[in-house]
Amino acid sequence: MEIVLIGLNHRTAPVELRERVSFTQEAAKLASEQLRSQGVLSETLVLSTCNRSELYGVPPESAASAKESAGAMELFLATFHQIEPAVLNDSLYRHYDREAVRHLFRVAAGLDSMMLGEAEILGQIREAYRIAVDHGGTGPVLNRMFQSALEVGKRVRAETQISTRPMSVAFAGVKLAERIFGSLRSHSALILGAGSTGEQVVAHLRDRGISRLGVANRSRQRAVELAERFGADVVDWEALDSALIWPDTVVCSVASSEPVVSRAAVRRAMAARSNRSLLFVDLGVPRNVSPGVADLYNVYLYGVDDLKEIVEQNKRAREAEIPKVEVLVEEHVTKFESWQAGVEAGAVLRELRSRLGAEREAFLRERLSDMPHLSPDDKRRIAALMDELLERVLLEPAAQLKTVPDLRRKVQNLEALRDLFRLDQGKP
Amino acid sequence: MSRLAFPMRNHLVLLTIVSYAGSLGGYVAFLATARRLFGRLGTLLLISGLACHYLALLERSRSAHTVPYDDLNGSLSLFAWLLAATYLGLELFHRDRSVGAFVLPFVIAVFSLAQSTQAAVPAPSPAQGPLLALHITLNVLGYAAFALSFVLSAIYLVQNGLLRSRRLGSIVWRFPALESLERMSRSSVIVGLASLLVGITFGLLWVNRIWGRYWNGDPKEIITVVILAVYAGYLWLGRTRSWRGARASALCVFNFVLVLFSYCVVNLYLSNFHRFF
Repeated sequence: MEIVLIGLNHRTAPVELRERVSFTQEAAKLASEQLRSQGVLSETLVLSTCNRSELYGVPPESAASAKESAGAMELFLATFHQIEPAVLNDSLYRHYDREAVRHLFRVAAGLDSMMLGEAEILGQIREAYRIAVDHGGTGPVLNRMFQSALEVGKRVRAETQISTRPMSVAFAGVKLAERIFGSLRSHSALILGAGSTGEQVVAHLRDRGISRLGVANRSRQRAVELAERFGADVVDWEALDSALIWPDTVVCSVASSEPVVSRAAVRRAMAARSNRSLLFVDLGVPRNVSPGVADLYNVYLYGVDDLKEIVEQNKRAREAEIPKVEVLVEEHVTKFESWQAGVEAGAVLRELRSRLGAEREAFLRERLSDMPHLSPDDKRRIAALMDELLERVLLEPAAQLKTVPDLRRKVQNLEALRDLFRLDQGKP
Repeated sequence: MSRLAFPMRNHLVLLTIVSYAGSLGGYVAFLATARRLFGRLGTLLLISGLACHYLALLERSRSAHTVPYDDLNGSLSLFAWLLAATYLGLELFHRDRSVGAFVLPFVIAVFSLAQSTQAAVPAPSPAQGPLLALHITLNVLGYAAFALSFVLSAIYLVQNGLLRSRRLGSIVWRFPALESLERMSRSSVIVGLASLLVGITFGLLWVNRIWGRYWNGDPKEIITVVILAVYAGYLWLGRTRSWRGARASALCVFNFVLVLFSYCVVNLYLSNFHRFF
């Protein structure tokens, strides 16, 4: 019962290659079926996201070795995506058994993600697992492994702070708005200009159900386009000063050498809005909002450098959580291994019993054929005595090995039994 | 009866302290880890602490035949209970547990202070009637609610300072939003003001029945009118947004300084007939 994993991710392969080896849902299902029908694997699962493509599998009993199975999987991957194997091989990583399990658990924990601790990966693993279960790709080993991975992911996010705190400038801006206003559902925002970070902020604001969104741009046509895309109202650029009266948050990303929001304009707006709190998220470089605005009562001003600093602080805070997460991952790897060893011990004992049974059968047939003076009754008694002896000196002590609490010794014992009695011959 | 009641009360006091301390632990863990389980634990332990505390007060009330107000021990204990109860109400109403970690230390401190003072041997006090008991209970509730609004406003000021200076530590991400803090503080002041008004009305009726006049010119009466005025001012100013935010919170903190003055200075040294409240 071995586990093989081959794959590539954002660390080992450039985006061009990752794009070529990514799997759609249909392709994942097809690849999985082909791997099983060609006898390369008996259990399969394809995990494909924008940052990684990984094939998890359990080779069939007949497979020569895990390494050969990995080789066959690599060849399959290259053929499936029509890529030169040599091109692919440099970017691929291969993990077996414990290492493969640890790798998956670390991925689920967000430790292997481009953005440390990101939560999306857990949903992607859940989805990949659901698809594999739906088309019957998984068996007892991968089922157990992926269910454990989902548990690791959940525990890590609940018990450590690896996933809390915003990690992008855009998200940090939105989180700041929540620190001031609470739920954004009854609040409004105005977007000035149209930078890519600004667009990300809009996406986060929309996710959080912001009630009103306005867009202003120097080019009216561009403003109309953006408003359509965001589902926002168009605000006249010329009437910008009066537009500062209604929003709670103003996100600026205008390409301008001079500030577009002056202190005087904000002071007038604050008077008109009875000093209702106003947050400026200034993503412009150079700055779009005059720095003096920050002194006004109930005005909060965050520039791109402030937001970057927050992200940096949060990154450090997340990194500080890594040791805790690693401990959790290790705990679950051991738990999985212990389950695996338990299942394997059962299989080894069954195999040993059947092997000894067959040996005894052949031995008695050969020796008793030279002893015609024995009655059938005597022969049955001799057979029963041999069974008793085998049970007492071999099988019972072997079964005891299963109960050794130390996992490492248990695994070693199982290996020794295999070697001693040449169980599953032909395997490494 | 009273001989039997005392050991029982000691057990209840111990249980109350343990529950409140556990509740504080739960709220702190909730603030540090953001795990809901810890928050729920904090709330459950607070409820159990309130129940034990109530039974302890009940034991005392039974032997005194009235609300325990005639010594520092009883009155502080009542204050702690009402503070915890008001906080629980606010937590359930606003569905926000993140300030529990800041309120519980006050509850524990006041309750412990109450226990450290010698409890007067409970003797049935002269029949004062329910009017006086209601007057005292509602006024203490009012002060407890004001204490709560003080804690919330203080947190507001700290968080607002951090947000405006753009010095965000890890704690800012765990606090409730500024607007939630302000809403909670306002609800607390509304509860305080309403109970203080009703409590004062009962007090006036009682004093009129005893002495035949409503107003006695006692320093406590004067400072209470001032307190009513400043809190009413807080609510009135808060209606116009220009006073919302840090200014309103600073005013709320200042108002509570007056409450403390009334509590510590006026009661103990100036008032003729308000001993502990």
